[in-house]
Amino acid sequence: MSAVETPAAGLDSSLGAIARRRFEAIKAGDVGVLPIVVGLIVITAFFYSKNSNFLTAGNFTNLMVQMAAITTIAIGVVFVLLLGEIDLSIGYVSGVAGVVVAQLQVPDGSWEVKGVMAIVIAVLVTAAIGMFQGTIAAIVGVPSFVVTLAALLFWQGVIIQAIGETGVITIEDTTINNVANYFFTDTWGYGLAVAASVLFALSQLAGVWSRRRHGIFSDNLVLVVAKIVALTAVSFGAVYWANEERGFPFAFLFVIILLVFWTWVAERTTFGRHVYAVGGNAEAARRAGINVNRIRIQVFMISGLMAGLGGVVFAARLNSVDLNAGGGTILLDGIAAAVIGGTSLFGGRGRVISALMGALIISTVANGIDLLGYSSAIKFMVTGLILLAAATVDAVSRRRLQRSGR
Amino acid sequence: MTETLIPPAPSTTGTPLLEARGITKLFGSVQALDEVDFSVSAGEVMALVGDNGAGKSTLIKCLAGIYPIDGGEVLFDGASVSIGGPKDAAKLGIEVVYQDLALCDNLDVVQNMYLGREAKDMIGRLKEPVMEARTAETLRSLSVTTIRSIRQPVASLSGGQRQSVAIGRAVMWNSRLVILDEPTAALGVAQTRQVLELVRRLAEQGLAVVLISHNLHDIFEVADRITVLRLGRNIAVYDRATTTQQEVVHAITAGLPTKVAGIAGTGETPA
Repeated sequence: MSAVETPAAGLDSSLGAIARRRFEAIKAGDVGVLPIVVGLIVITAFFYSKNSNFLTAGNFTNLMVQMAAITTIAIGVVFVLLLGEIDLSIGYVSGVAGVVVAQLQVPDGSWEVKGVMAIVIAVLVTAAIGMFQGTIAAIVGVPSFVVTLAALLFWQGVIIQAIGETGVITIEDTTINNVANYFFTDTWGYGLAVAASVLFALSQLAGVWSRRRHGIFSDNLVLVVAKIVALTAVSFGAVYWANEERGFPFAFLFVIILLVFWTWVAERTTFGRHVYAVGGNAEAARRAGINVNRIRIQVFMISGLMAGLGGVVFAARLNSVDLNAGGGTILLDGIAAAVIGGTSLFGGRGRVISALMGALIISTVANGIDLLGYSSAIKFMVTGLILLAAATVDAVSRRRLQRSGR
Repeated sequence: MTETLIPPAPSTTGTPLLEARGITKLFGSVQALDEVDFSVSAGEVMALVGDNGAGKSTLIKCLAGIYPIDGGEVLFDGASVSIGGPKDAAKLGIEVVYQDLALCDNLDVVQNMYLGREAKDMIGRLKEPVMEARTAETLRSLSVTTIRSIRQPVASLSGGQRQSVAIGRAVMWNSRLVILDEPTAALGVAQTRQVLELVRRLAEQGLAVVLISHNLHDIFEVADRITVLRLGRNIAVYDRATTTQQEVVHAITAGLPTKVAGIAGTGETPA
């Protein structure tokens, strides 16, 4: 079979051609990660000019731990947004997971469960909550906006009820607390960097090899090598920097594993493909034989699951849960992270990595404002403006994409 | 790629691939189809024409398994079959390309071609290279050459190209009968040309093609035979070579010409 004749192979794989296609895509409204990279540079430069502590290793490791929970929750949000739905319950559902973990590990509690088992149970509970909410939205047809808004109130009530008089439950279980408070030793950190680089290189090369075997020569080898080198540099750089202080945080490794796993699910499995299809054209997906309702329910389950995991990270970081568990800005930060990261509110467009990108922006801003000693009033206003800007970019690029027929 | 687009020729060339006899369909008290006979052979383009409400869509939905029939019989390959749902129809090799195409704009050509039937390995991983190569192969065998990259979202394709993708998707699964619902309705002149050529090519490759259209000009260009429906009954089947557009128009609007022309309700004696 000669591949040269296939339309796919007609694509020029030279660096110039790839750059040109990327530029065309940006002009057509497909901006990708460009606004985020620019935004991060601007934000970093601004805070660094105000306070040189901003770029210290200590603050860097802080930031990694701070953004872990929001990134985790935002991954679930990405899936919900891909369907064109919304889940407003993620904040208090994450709080429910925190409360469950905390209750389970109370030493003299009648149902004492320790460590990983407690986390698993908490996350199963929130996944079940998500499944229930998704079922009502998908099967009964109540708009997800309303179902999850009702759930927001309901779970807030449940949390207050569960914590009751005491007002706070302290978490003493070290396994649970370590989720957010464990830092790898220097050697382990470098070991992880080696593992990440090797795995990434292998997966890239395997992809190229598999495509070539099927006669598809769309990869530019220089670009592939450049990507591998870049990732290796970033991994070692991050570990080196973190090792200056407490070391590489477990919480961030956890986030990376989640990101890789869910990216794989979204982009390499039939389930992920069907999520994009339902978000793009639910009727077409239904006619193609896809069980649209099942996909909807599964996605809300993922949302509940990831909110639960994020809630555990939050609780572990604070070593406790209180009456505010799941409240505050968790909901808005979670949704804002996904949107700021470039996942469309209109469904069908976005990537799992946008959870990390958006969380990076939000957390950097929050961290910087804290460092400068401004009040949370300023933090809210700035985050609100960034969210508005991101949603505007989304709406504008959607219009441009439609006009240019992309 | 050893799979071929061209299905094996029917064993007995005399029998039609699909034959519907006396199909009746009721919606409450409304008789949408009244004893309709319809047939199409392999390698043939059969046009289905009729005014709005004549029952064209109802008939193809019955054949595609979307509506259950209330009376009559469907023979496929000469054997009586019951089509209880779209899956049954697909199993027989009947594929329908609906007017709105049912493509996902945000997905690329390959993803749309394989939508709902993705090639995957044991742990559910998509086999992208396999799908990509086979998509390219299918489009090439249909001589669809205008699509620059099969990795671009279908939103960026022209109307004719989108139609080609939808048709390509329908024929990729060893289908034997392809039903096209108004494939040229929204297209310009050049793109209509493209699609009509594609329709003709499908028949040349041995598929049975049912073409629903309002455009008699298009129909006379590609159809071998023409079935006229009127008010839920079939009025006549014409051979393209021996009929004229006037005759068909007359049958569509007023029933058979042997009756008093122009007076509704007098032309409906069974053909």
